[in-house]
Amino acid sequence: MSTESKTPVDDIKPASLWFRIIDSDLFNSFIRKPVIVASAIITLLIFAIALFAPWLAPHTPFNPSSLNLMDGFTPPMTANEFTGNEYLLGTDNQGRDILSAIMYGTRISLFVGFAAVGLAALIGITLGLLAGYKGGWVDGLIMRIADVQLSFPAILLALLIFGVARSILPPRVMDEATVWVLVVSIALSDWVQYARTVRSSTMAEKNKEYVQAARLFGVPAPLILLRHILPNVMGPVLVIGTIGLALAIILESTLSYLGVGIPPTQPSLGTLIRIGQDFLFSGEWWITLFPALTLLTLALSVNLLGDWLRDALNPRLR
Amino acid sequence: MLAFIIRRLIQSIAVMLTVALISFTLFQFVGDPINNMLGQEASRDDRAELRQRLGLNDPVPIQFVRFVGNAVRGDFGISYRMARPVSTVIMERLPATLELAFVSGLFALTLGIVLGVYTALKRDGWLSNFIMTASLVGVSLPTFVIGILLIYLFAVELQWLPSFGRGELVQITDNWRTGLLTESGRKSLILPAITLGLFQLTLIMRLVRAEMLEVLRTDYIKFARARGLSQRAIHFHHALKNTLLPVITITGLQLGSIIAFAIITETVFQWPGVGLLFITAINFVDIPMMSAYLILIAFIFVIINLIVDLLYFLVDPRLRAEKSGGH
Repeated sequence: MSTESKTPVDDIKPASLWFRIIDSDLFNSFIRKPVIVASAIITLLIFAIALFAPWLAPHTPFNPSSLNLMDGFTPPMTANEFTGNEYLLGTDNQGRDILSAIMYGTRISLFVGFAAVGLAALIGITLGLLAGYKGGWVDGLIMRIADVQLSFPAILLALLIFGVARSILPPRVMDEATVWVLVVSIALSDWVQYARTVRSSTMAEKNKEYVQAARLFGVPAPLILLRHILPNVMGPVLVIGTIGLALAIILESTLSYLGVGIPPTQPSLGTLIRIGQDFLFSGEWWITLFPALTLLTLALSVNLLGDWLRDALNPRLR
Repeated sequence: MLAFIIRRLIQSIAVMLTVALISFTLFQFVGDPINNMLGQEASRDDRAELRQRLGLNDPVPIQFVRFVGNAVRGDFGISYRMARPVSTVIMERLPATLELAFVSGLFALTLGIVLGVYTALKRDGWLSNFIMTASLVGVSLPTFVIGILLIYLFAVELQWLPSFGRGELVQITDNWRTGLLTESGRKSLILPAITLGLFQLTLIMRLVRAEMLEVLRTDYIKFARARGLSQRAIHFHHALKNTLLPVITITGLQLGSIIAFAIITETVFQWPGVGLLFITAINFVDIPMMSAYLILIAFIFVIINLIVDLLYFLVDPRLRAEKSGGH
């Protein structure tokens, strides 16, 4: 429309950022899918609750002095038979408020998830850029490692890395650093996706004219990679990252459920579910089912968002 | 062809050696095996003697060669925690895992193909849409949560099925005790098999559906229609047959994942297989057990990948033409 009009160039104001967002294809495909909008709202809500857990949670579940053993095993929304206290989602065997425990647990699960995705992306992007740009034996080595790693499931690798770390690190260090060991195990088992994608886009980008021009100007290779190629290969990384977040959250909760992840002193959702499973048979279903449902909701909404993002950004599917 | 096989074999051996090196390094870093075997009381001479006898004074590369040699013969040493040979313990536990993996694989394959074909043929039916949505949900769910929900529904609330263990077992050989021959054994198998197979089921179903839709668009199907063949003959004889190749490959590749995911299912249902053994080994830092499991799983994966690669090569003529034709 603007090509035919005679408006002087000076009069055209750049569209505001807000308008550009509203007008984009991505936003249009987003707003037309109620399921996706719902997933986004739920995801953001869970993120917000996890972020502000210390201010939102009705109790401080991991401060032993605030717990009352008499409150133990209170069913949801019923008054405790000894103390008369009422809890929205009930309490566990030690009288801990399940709702607060879930809020803090989600916080830890999300923290591990984000940190692991960040680290995996960092490793994957670096190696992918290197492999794609350098080619030759560097490329061959990195991609062989990636191939081999891809033929093993992530859960197995993460378990092994965690197991090796536990046997090598002294117990005292391990207790303090469990969260970080977990982050590293998940990241190391998940970097391949990023590396492969970034490598193939880098190989396509490096022969384009703008890169050749930069090279002729004598821009050093690291700068070309960071300033020129990286911004052009980030699109797919975003998609993998979103799906990767769901995977990392599931992986973390699985490891914690298996008892090799986060210790019970600072439980994540997986740890809460593991602790609660013991009480499932004696009728205290709420201790394990509420954290399990939270995990399901979180994993499902992030996954749906990731799937949608992948399809929306894929030009072949338009 | 021969060059391809040799290259694949070398790659597989390289992977196995890397895994062996990792296992071997574990032994080097963690604790002193002499302390583990003799305890604190032993005299200095006893220690030195045992050290010499076990060959711990030899250079590290020689020790590694010996480690690999022992591993090839199935000797992984004595479990720190159980004080029994690792290979014996694993052989005792392996049938439980294999039975579980086999039954859940069968469940996933049969139901996956049936549902996949159905959703491809009745593309816009409400049941197909429902199945597809449910499968998307199924993929996003962590295995252990599915297991817990199944336990809650079928074992706690309805009390139809047992929630842990293998039920009554029948001895077949020295090492192999099966639960498939007793009613309680079969009942115990249902929930774990569903839990383990659900992910593979959704995967196979989506794959079969996608392949079916692809094949149904091809010219030879149109030609078959033009020849006036019955729908049934077209769908099941012409179309399904051509979708099965990728399905079989993927199922083969998934076999390894099933064994790996069995770790989770076995923990949820306290199923006494090798996965549960491995988790216990990690928690007790039982190095010989960990390294043996590591090597065993790597071996299974390498063998499966090798077989699938070779099969692909044999089945897909395009691959062969590309290799031998040259540039």
